[in-house]
This record gives sequence, structure tokens and C-alpha cells, in this order.
Amino acid sequence: MNLTLKIWRQPGPDEKGKFVNYPISDVSPESSFLEMMDVLNEQLIAKGEEPVAFDHDCREGICGMCSMYINGRPHGPDDAITTCQLHMRKFKDGDTITIEPWRAKPFPVIKDLIVDRSSFDEIIQAGGFISVDTGGIPDANAIPIPKLNADLAMDAASCIGCGACVAACKNASAMLFVSAKVSQFALLPQGKIEAKRRVQKMVAKMDELGFGNCTNTYACEAECPKEIKVTNIARMNREFFAAKVRAEK
Amino acid sequence: MATLKSKIPEGTLAEKWTNYKAHQNLVNPANKRKLEVIVVGTGLAGAAAAASLGELGFKVKNFCIQDSPRRAHSIAAQGGINAAKNYPNDGDSIYRLFYDTIKGGDYRSREANVYRLAEVSNNIIDQCVAQGVPFAREYGGLLDNRSFGGALVSRTFYARGQTGQQLLLGAYSALSKEVSRGSVEMYVRREMLDLVIIDGRARGIITRNTVTGEIERFAAHAVVLATGGYGNVFFLSTNAMNSNGSAAWQCYKRGAVFGNPCMVQIHPTCIPVHGDYQSKLTLMSESLRNDGRIWVPKNKEDAEKIQKGQLKPTEIKEEDRDYYLERRYPAFGNLVPRDVASRAAKERCDAGYGVGNTGLAVYLDFKHAIERLGKEVIEARYGNLFQMYEKIVDENPYETPMMIYPAIHYTMGGIWVDYELQTTIPGLFAAGEANFSDHGANRLGASALMQGLADGYFVIPYTVQNYLADQINVPFFKTDLPEFEQAEKEVRDKLEKLLNNNGSTTVDTFHKKLGLLMWDHVGMARNKEGLEEAIKEIRALRDAFWKDVKVPGSLKGVNVELEKATRVADFLELGELMAMDALNREESCGGHFREEYQTEEGEAVRNDKDYMFVSAWEYKGSDQEPVLNKESLKYEYIEVKTRNYKEAKS
Ligand SMILES: Cc1cc2nc3c(=O)[nH]c(=O)nc-3n(C[C@H](O)[C@H](O)[C@H](O)COP(=O)(O)OP(=O)(O)OC[C@H]3O[C@@H](n4cnc5c(N)ncnc54)[C@H](O)[C@@H]3O)c2cc1C
Ligand code: FES
Repeated sequence: MNLTLKIWRQPGPDEKGKFVNYPISDVSPESSFLEMMDVLNEQLIAKGEEPVAFDHDCREGICGMCSMYINGRPHGPDDAITTCQLHMRKFKDGDTITIEPWRAKPFPVIKDLIVDRSSFDEIIQAGGFISVDTGGIPDANAIPIPKLNADLAMDAASCIGCGACVAACKNASAMLFVSAKVSQFALLPQGKIEAKRRVQKMVAKMDELGFGNCTNTYACEAECPKEIKVTNIARMNREFFAAKVRAEK
Repeated sequence: MATLKSKIPEGTLAEKWTNYKAHQNLVNPANKRKLEVIVVGTGLAGAAAAASLGELGFKVKNFCIQDSPRRAHSIAAQGGINAAKNYPNDGDSIYRLFYDTIKGGDYRSREANVYRLAEVSNNIIDQCVAQGVPFAREYGGLLDNRSFGGALVSRTFYARGQTGQQLLLGAYSALSKEVSRGSVEMYVRREMLDLVIIDGRARGIITRNTVTGEIERFAAHAVVLATGGYGNVFFLSTNAMNSNGSAAWQCYKRGAVFGNPCMVQIHPTCIPVHGDYQSKLTLMSESLRNDGRIWVPKNKEDAEKIQKGQLKPTEIKEEDRDYYLERRYPAFGNLVPRDVASRAAKERCDAGYGVGNTGLAVYLDFKHAIERLGKEVIEARYGNLFQMYEKIVDENPYETPMMIYPAIHYTMGGIWVDYELQTTIPGLFAAGEANFSDHGANRLGASALMQGLADGYFVIPYTVQNYLADQINVPFFKTDLPEFEQAEKEVRDKLEKLLNNNGSTTVDTFHKKLGLLMWDHVGMARNKEGLEEAIKEIRALRDAFWKDVKVPGSLKGVNVELEKATRVADFLELGELMAMDALNREESCGGHFREEYQTEEGEAVRNDKDYMFVSAWEYKGSDQEPVLNKESLKYEYIEVKTRNYKEAKS
């Protein structure tokens, strides 16, 4: 396949970026999107130009590192996958493909397609954990957990923290990310104990970091590579209001 | 020569760890605040160690390459984690897990370490459940187990096909808790490029900030290396792209001896290579071997037709299929250990029975499992793996068998450590895949996660404390000491040399060449001639690299090619040591298969008389050959046997 890549180039966080067009030929439809980017970079280096900087690591859809906004969609045209799982057979010979970084105020661009997502870590540090230290723990089977709850908790826990939900949202809301963690713990007896404190702290941090409000467009669910459900947001809202009512009493 | 003291505590096997803990030195809470520990790596081993040390009150600095500790390579582990809970009541025990691990490792690991691993395995599961790890459960609400290779019991805990993710997120949440408490300082997007030694002890590291490009210095009273394995020396492997051997390699060059570098694991079930632009290989979890059956055509003509695309696997009749693992190893069948399964696949493909257009693949078939259990059950067990396969290969594994082939997956070798996980450099500890300790010549499935968390949660917090107990009067180190100055200068010189090289060949080109060399000569089957050839060729490739590598950009800011170049420079040295170690070990054991040493049936022939030792290589300078030290292994609680997976007797 022969393609034109229209890629966002930005030398650094404080510099201006712009789109640059790169023709690329003989792309194998069997190759992955990132392998196609590797080939482009090898060609750029050979020509003495600077390769395109992008984040990636596991290349199997689990680390959450890759983060490209392709033809107007986070992680590109296929559903329920990450950029690294996207394959070139999804494109046609002659296509122009537009590639941008995540665009959201809390995710500033570092270089080209790399953004800074440390705000997600800050939200987790605000309370996205169960406060147990190592050791002195009762037997793992001491508290039975209904399979349904364990399964729902696992659904929520599948979040890879890539930030596609924020990039997809016109308000740059982090509700899906935060609610997935809140839900995972709220569904488990171990996590219930601190549920109220947790949700309040995480939501406060999220607001403080400049993530926007949720206006129920559900773009986040549609673009989530792990198909995290917006029902988690509803669950988080319930937890949040319950915590508030409790605090006011 | 280095002196290798394994420091195994007194007492019977079952008493050793208890004795150690009862008699070790402790640091009082007020003094812990005065002691700093650097932990490099945030995978299972690093995150668990950093969090646990922070909880104890030490001041911890934790480093990783990725933009968040949650993205360490451990996240990609799929299948599960072992523990000796015996919840299924099928005869498991600490001793049996210990026994299986030693046997699986082909009698090349240290008894006392492995016993401790089995002993703390149960605490790991308790800890993870308390952290909110959503392990798979039965309808009664209790934890579910599955089987992995090399065991006759079900002792593997799992969270769908994402066990590593869930365990790492558990450790990450513990780490986040400590960051918020102020006991751990997190440094992301940092790459450790050297170790700083002061008066013979590890006291700091030099890193490059991969966003700003700055070279930075960090000091501490002790350093814990948890930087993962070096499988990427083969270029194509199941490891994440940023996995590397460089931090461990710098420690080796600073005096830490390297244990069993040639011991690498080749995983039998990976998606086959498809093209020369390929960047990595994808694992299909070993758990699939619980229900999938492995076969190739019985007749060569069928295999050839399949390779040419003239025949489909579903058209081959049952009696024309060779379920070669079930045929060769009736007791363990499709669940033989990884080294055995990998070699058997290679044997069939080399003999011309392989499938796929390259002939380098075998089938992993779920037809019978789907007939027996129904599609829903298979989907619930492996749905995400099937989906992953379909996205990559564009074939539906519910309808047509998967194609798989062995690929580099894990490194049993690593920095040599004693019972305390301390290296030969005082104050430098190594944990997780970065050390050599528990898996001998072959690791059993679901035991790396166990080892990483055992080291991080339950061993390092004790042994590092023991080390620090007499350091309470040593004040915080300043980073303007000459030792830091010198180490930073060496790093800077190396980076500048790479940048100013003005060569014409990209880093990846060299890496791919090295990978092919390693795969051909230091891979699944090795022999004297090939290894000697490999050593020669690696040396030549290394010279070519330093003459002709092209690294664009500058030291400032993001420079991904520079990061890759430093790693490949180290792989070009490490690869040679691996070949030397493989050449030296004139026997076949575990993942190390020397073609000269096999039975007529193609089974490995171990040589216990001459090779029952850990090779511990000591660096002697760039212009000298490394020195081989030997830690001989004694088995007091296990009868050493030839591994046999044909019969059920253990
Ligand atoms: C695809 C796949 C599936 C697997 N499945 C299983 C399984 O089901 N069960 C099982 O038991 N095992 C499994 N394994 C093996 C297991 O995942 C690993 O052995 C284990 O996770 C390693 O953990 P670790 O903490 O030692 O290192 P890693 O998780 O590799 O972490 C290394 C850390 O070190 C950091 N680092 C590395 N170099 C530097 C440097 N120079 N400077 C700063 N930081 C650095 C990295 O950023 C990272 O944080 C699997 C492996 C793969 C590849
Ligand atoms: S690179 Fe890990 S999810 Fe894409």
C-alpha cells in the first residue's frame, strides 16, 4: 500500500507544532500501525531527518503507553483496541492518515505524539488504593466474594490508564478513568471500608487538575480500548453522593 | 576471583527463613527515616519492594523508564501466579511447589532460595486479595485455580488473561499509597545509566531524564535493582520494547558477577513471525495448553500442501494428525514444561512437518475443548486471548486452529545474588527477573510473578534492613563527591560518542542483526561450532556498531534513538557473554540445549558430575576475558533425577 501520513510535529512542550506530510510506500497490510511508524522512522533517520517521537512499550494492548489520535479517533478506526493493536489492513491504498497526540489540557504535549499523563498517577495517589500494608493479612479465602461482584470488579479493573477517554471527550473529562477505579474497589468488601473517603479525594483531585465535567456524551465508552462501561460513572456518582450526604449529616 | 558466599542460614530447609528472620538485624523506626534506598524498576519486584520499604519507614526513591510505574513490563503477564495454597485439595504443599520448581529448573537452582519462594507464595495471594486484586472466583465465592506446565496440581491463581496487569496494579496502588504518604519519591521517564560505588559499596545511580535529556545523580545507602530481564538481546521476543539489560550490565561492569547468562526461556506458544518489519512477538498464554491440543500433520505431504495454501487444517482427518506432545510425553501431554514443548515443536518443524506459509508453526487446536465444554466456557476462559489472536492474525481461532511457534520469553540468568538477594557489590541488591536466583535452567509457568512479588514484598524488606542496620550513622550522601563526578563523566562521554559518530546505519539495523545471530546460534539449539562462530560475529558486529552507528538528535530533550543506542551497545556485549557461557556449559539442561548432548530420542542429557554449578561471570575490563566463578549446588532435600515427563511418578 502507498499512503500519506499527516503527522503532528512539535519539537518541545513550549514550542509550536504543525502538521507535516510524509509519503510512505510499500506498506504491508499485515504490519501493525506502529511497525509502519517504525519503517517511517528508519527512513527519516536515513535521510538525516528527526524521527517521530511516540510512546509505546508492550505492543500488545495492555501497558497503556501508546496513544495516537488517528483520523479523529483515539487509537484509530478499529473498535476496542489500542494503537499498537491496530493493523494496516484497516486502511486502503492511497489513504491519507492524520496522526495527532492526545489533545487535552491536563495532558500537555512533550514532543510530537508524546504527552504527559502524570495527572492520572496523581489521581490514583490521591486515594485510588486500599490502605493495607505488607504482611499480617488474613487468608485469601477468609472473605468469600460473589463471583458476579468479582467479575464486575475485574471489568472495571481492566482499565489500562491510556487516557483515550479523556482524549475522546470534548470536555476532557476523566470520569471514566476515575470511576473505573472507584467501582473496582466499591464492588469488593476489602475496598468498601474506605469507599467514601476514596471517592471524595479522587474526585477533588480530578477537578483540581483541570479535567472537565461529564456531560453524558459517552464518547469515552465508545473509544475505550478495554470497553470500560459508563455504568461505572453512575456507580461512582452514587458513591460520591452517598459520601456527601453522610458528611452533611 | 570473586568470592561467592551464598549465606544460606542454619537449620533444616523449612527452618532456614524463620531462623534468618529471627536472628537478623533490625533498624529502629526513628533511624529508618535517616536511611535512603534507591529502587530501580517498578515492575512487580520493584513496585512491591519500594512500597514495602516505604511502609517500614525508609526513605525510598523509585525509578522507571515509562511515563508511569503502572506500565512496567510485568503488566503484560497473562496466565497466572502460582501458590501452594492447596485450595483444590489436590495434594499441593509448600514442599511440592518447591520440588516442582527445582525439578522444572533441571536441578540448577539453589534449594534454600527456592524453598523460601514456595514458603512465602501463600502470603502473596493473601496480600493481593487485600489490595483488591480481582482474582477469578468460583460461584461459591472462593478463589479459582488452573493448571500450568510442569505440575500435576492446579495451583495457579489468575485474573482472566490479565494476571500480571492486576498484580502490578495492586503493587502500583500500594506504591501510590506510599507516594501520597511521602515515604516514596517517584521518578518516571528516567533511565539508569550507571551505578555509583563509594568505598566498595553501592551508593547511588546516574540517570538520564528522557524528557529533558538531563544527566542526573542520585545517592542512597543501598540500591535495589529490579529492572527485569534481557530477552530483548534477541531483538524479537515477547518482552516489551523498552525491556533491556543495561542497568544490570552496568552493575556487572562495576563488579557484580553475572549468573548463568546463557539460561533463557523460549516460550512454546507465541504467534509466529510474519515479516521482516516485525518489531516484537506476541505470546499466547501457556494457560491455553490446559484446553488446547498441539498437533502437526502426520504426513509430510499434508504439511507441504498446507504451507502452499492448498489445504486447510480443518480438512485434515483426526487419524492424520500427530498430537506429538501427547505421543511423546503421555503423563504430562500438552502440559510439559516450556523447554520440552519448544524443542518438540522445533523438532517437528525442522523435520518438515511444520505449518503456515513459512513451515515454522504448529497448531494449537480448541476443537475438542469446544465440543466438550461449549464455546461459552472457552470464551469465558480465554476470550481476550482469542480476540488478541484474531486482531493480529485475522483468523478466528474458534473456527480454525491457532498457529504458534516458540519465541524468546524470559531470562533465568541475571545478576548473581546470595540468599539475601545481595549481589557481590555490598549494598546492591537484585530482585525479580533481574537476578538469577530461583529458576535454574528453566522457569515454570506462573512462577515469575510469584518470584517478583516474593522478592519485593517478603524478602527485600527484611534483607535490606539487615544490611542497613549498621549504616545508621552514615549520613546522607552528597552527589558532588568525586565518585559521582567520575561516573557521570563516563556516561556523558559514552552518549556523546554515540551522538557524534556520524555513521550511516540505524540502531535497529544492528539490533536486528544481533537478534538473528543470537537466535541462530544461542537460541533453542546450540552447539560448539555455532557458539564459537557467534562469538566471532558478535565481536565483529560490535566493532561495526561503534564505527558506523547513526544516532540523530542531541543530548537535550527527547531522543528515543539515543536510548535505543545505549541499550543495543550493551546487548552487543551481553550477547557475547551469553554465547561464552553456553559454550562453556557442555551439557543440555533446561532451556540450554547443546546438540552434542542428547539421547537418541532427542531428550536433553545433563552432566551433573561436571556442571552442577551456577556460572558466575566476573568482569575484568574491556580488553580482558571475563573470569568464570562457580557456585556449586548441593541438594540435601531432593534426590537429583533425570527429568521425566513421560510418566506421572515425580
Ligand atoms: C508476554 C508475557 C507474559 C508473561 N506471563 C507470565 C505469567 O503468566 N506468569 C508469570 O509468572 N510470568 C509471566 N511472565 C514473566 C513475568 O511477567 C516477568 O518475568 C516479570 O513480570 C518481571 O518482573 P520484574 O519486576 O522483574 O521486571 P519488569 O516488570 O520487567 O520491570 C522492570 C522495571 O524496570 C524498569 N527499568 C528497566 N531498566 C531500567 C533502567 N535502566 N533505568 C530505570 N528503570 C529501568 C522498567 O521501567 C520497569 O519499571 C510473562 C512475560 C511476558 C513477556
Ligand atoms: S504499547 Fe502497550 S498498550 Fe499499546
